[in-house]
Amino acid sequence: MARAAVPGRLTWRVARLAETRAETATARTLVFDVPGWPGHLAGQHVDVRLTAEDGYSAQRSYSLAAPADGDRVELTVQDIADGEVSSYLTEGLSPGDPVELRGPIGGWFVWRPAETNPVLLVAGGSGIVPLMAMIRARRQAGSSTPFRLVYSVRTPADRYYAAELRRPDPGVDVTPIYTRATPEGSSRPPGRLTVADLNSGGWPAEFAPDCFVCGPTGFVESAADILLALGHDARKIKTERFGPTGA
Amino acid sequence: MGIVSPGFHGRGRRAEVELPPGQYLTEDFPVLSAGPTPRVRREEWEFTVTTETGEEHRWDWRELMALPSETPTVDIHCVTKWSKLGTRWEGVSLDTLLADVDTAADYALIHCYGGYTTNLPLEDLLDGQAWIAYRYDGADLASEHGGPARLLVPHLYFWKSAKWVRGIRLLDEDEPGFWETAGYHDYGDPWREQRYQGD
Repeated sequence: MARAAVPGRLTWRVARLAETRAETATARTLVFDVPGWPGHLAGQHVDVRLTAEDGYSAQRSYSLAAPADGDRVELTVQDIADGEVSSYLTEGLSPGDPVELRGPIGGWFVWRPAETNPVLLVAGGSGIVPLMAMIRARRQAGSSTPFRLVYSVRTPADRYYAAELRRPDPGVDVTPIYTRATPEGSSRPPGRLTVADLNSGGWPAEFAPDCFVCGPTGFVESAADILLALGHDARKIKTERFGPTGA
Repeated sequence: MGIVSPGFHGRGRRAEVELPPGQYLTEDFPVLSAGPTPRVRREEWEFTVTTETGEEHRWDWRELMALPSETPTVDIHCVTKWSKLGTRWEGVSLDTLLADVDTAADYALIHCYGGYTTNLPLEDLLDGQAWIAYRYDGADLASEHGGPARLLVPHLYFWKSAKWVRGIRLLDEDEPGFWETAGYHDYGDPWREQRYQGD
């Protein structure tokens, strides 16, 4: 496996909520101002720490949803039942309120705009977040690297960034997969990701694309196995799995 | 104490158990890995210890099964913040595997099927602190959790408990592994919250 260095010490910084956007009924994008933010790569994540008045604190990790933009940092947080941090972030936090944040973390599951290999992104549910950061980083850099995204969600209402992903973005092909309910007029019946989905929505293995797979463990296991079966090199498949770690 | 976030009270307080700083309890067994799950057949599996002088010690699956096993029940702590208490394993102690290995090395670099590596001081593998584990909770270890066998070294963050373990290189000098090269802490003691470089 390749190596990537991320030197330096990660200090806790104060992040103040600037604005929020609803992505679905249960997921919200939070935009923070983080003075002194050192920048990050698409695909990296941060740790968020909340502290109560009596000193109790809780930490969770969240993927960055957008490329570096000065002191602005964007996260998309799925509110999880009983998630003490996610519920506060999506419902309890008001503009101007502080949380603590440190990062960026992770030097492996990243895409750099200087890279020119074709890219295949495979997202399950909230696993779209770090992959969306890659699509946005590509657009921000004016890169012409060809991207394909296969995005599996339960129903059309569960899509994050729906309007943005519907807008034409030359060089970025998006294939939605619905596992429970499809939009009207869809020819594919609802169902889990199949070999055919990744065969038609992805790149041929001969193109040797860089593959990024992110989602719940079962989804990632299945998608990575399909990519191997289609002939992709295991060393070209990077995975990130969401357990309840986003709670 | 950190900056207070107004209106945050927290629901994760459980006074009866002490967790390392920044961790929370989970009942699940989440998976963290960097690539596809390697599928390794037991007939092909082997485990190698290579000393600093290049001497090799090798076990196949049958030889591993013939060694005395232990059944540790341990708490595990993942750097992604979850902790799971009282996990039950079966495996062979590294004390057993290293008993006849002649070495003066100070460091170990674990390598795995699939290419993953992780490093730790050799002394952290000894004295009842580490196992090559092949059963979890009474069943054969599932491949997504590192089967057929993984390293289990529960006093360090769980990325040190390398899945799909294939061998150990004993070294005079510390050599950082996969996550250790990608910004994570070289040692990874959860009780000192050594998550990232510089912690």
